[in-house]
Amino acid sequence: MRTIKEINARIKKGVAVVVTAEEIIDLVQKKGVKKAAQEVDVVTTGTFGPMCSSGAYFNIGHSRPRIKIGGGTCRLNDVPVYTGFAAVDIYLGATAIPDDDPRNKVFPGEFKYGGAHVIQEIVAGKDIRLEATAYGTDCYPRKKLETLVNIKDLNEAVLFNIRNCYQNYNVAVNLSDKIIYTYMGALKPKLGNANYCSAGQLSPLLKDPYYKTIGIGTKIFLGGGIGYVAWQGTQHNPTVKRKDNGIPQAPAGTLAVIGDLKQMRQEFLVGTSMLGYGVTLTVGIGVPIPVLDEEILKYAAAKDEEIYAQVVDYSQAYPQMVPGSLTEVNYAQLKSGKIKVEGKEIPTGNLSSYSKAREIAEELKSWIKKGDFLLTESQAALPGAESGYTFKLLKERPIV
Amino acid sequence: MISKRIVLHFPHRLVDQPIICKLVKDYDLQFNILKAYVTPQEEGLMVLELSGEDAKFNKGIEYLQSKGVKIQPLSQDVIRNEAKCTDCGVCVPICPTGALAIDPLTRKVHFYDNKCIACELCVKICPPRAMEVRF
Repeated sequence: MRTIKEINARIKKGVAVVVTAEEIIDLVQKKGVKKAAQEVDVVTTGTFGPMCSSGAYFNIGHSRPRIKIGGGTCRLNDVPVYTGFAAVDIYLGATAIPDDDPRNKVFPGEFKYGGAHVIQEIVAGKDIRLEATAYGTDCYPRKKLETLVNIKDLNEAVLFNIRNCYQNYNVAVNLSDKIIYTYMGALKPKLGNANYCSAGQLSPLLKDPYYKTIGIGTKIFLGGGIGYVAWQGTQHNPTVKRKDNGIPQAPAGTLAVIGDLKQMRQEFLVGTSMLGYGVTLTVGIGVPIPVLDEEILKYAAAKDEEIYAQVVDYSQAYPQMVPGSLTEVNYAQLKSGKIKVEGKEIPTGNLSSYSKAREIAEELKSWIKKGDFLLTESQAALPGAESGYTFKLLKERPIV
Repeated sequence: MISKRIVLHFPHRLVDQPIICKLVKDYDLQFNILKAYVTPQEEGLMVLELSGEDAKFNKGIEYLQSKGVKIQPLSQDVIRNEAKCTDCGVCVPICPTGALAIDPLTRKVHFYDNKCIACELCVKICPPRAMEVRF
């Protein structure tokens, strides 16, 4: 029906029709798939949720005399970073925490500061304390470095997240008789609450369930700046059960994404603490879906009522790897504030901010409409539903 | 009838005295203790829901003040740092009184501080730590 080249030409002319993944639902209801597909060029999606597999790499520049941090140690605001690279390249993971953090020793630990918070502060333009030690070589003689660093002075500051943007996620509940603290939040005993984590009808991979347009090289909104899909994310699992509409009923596809941290904004990269669990980074991602044909538009118009997630017990089944779920519910039920599980009505909470997801889809829409954001052709497809690419459990083998 | 949620700060010298039972006996007031503790400086803090007839309620409050008890309305206790809140909604099912609730249209989380009983459950579970305690 139309190509990405044609859509980009329309964006440049300022005549492209861009709607959000929420707006397309109403439009299809009013006009039908066929007519809507003729009219709309791009559907924008958004999500804003905790994504633990986030991190950032930096090249801090060479000091005088030179130091080889590679193989040494390095901390940013007391949070340890990975140093197994070249002399002044370091990688900061979102979940890293200072060595003297009490962790879960006094349960449940609070985890008030970690890598994710450092990333947010770096993006906010704050000075960060860097302390490094090295073993010293003839070419890199320095053994100790203590300095303040600022994002504007770093050579590269790149957000690189190896698993983001989960295509659907579990709804977490607690069947036990005591409160539990999980990455899905605090879960009250005996089905006291149910926590979920997805923007549902706004979420990128739920609106392109078979990855027909989202692939390697897709340009996206990342943390308030521009990023790209670099690869399938880790634990990519496209072969899970799907409903007739093609939408996975359980956690499925994921994206690895990359982008220039220097363009990003702290309101879309938020350091997050999960009581009793740890630190994570809440990331804002928006993905444009080019309406290349009616089928793509039909998928993009899926609504909350048609998207199902599995309700999983996080007191026993999840930690012990017991397969199966208690029941499944759709996002309209989740968003109503109550779901019914095992005959009991329980209140729901979302870890992912729907209002921020909406803000992201709107912002991406305005970038495209203004001509500031052109779409890219994906360079290779993500492994799809028929690929046989699956999420494997660890095959533990005794070391003899 | 007046019914108010208030925070009482007891100075050291009053911690071991039966103050609240006077409110019942002499002023005919009803109370529900939402929280009570003694700080390391041996000052007492109590969060009460206090109700009774208007005139008696005011007299009861006067009595407390004459004894040296400092009184604050409860709404000053738990506050939300608006700049930090991301409107996720994890706090909503944890809040026992519905003081944190999601707007079905905007999907933003509202904080109704008049419903807050300062249980502080939201404070530690809030992922961006937007809920803060102020006494």
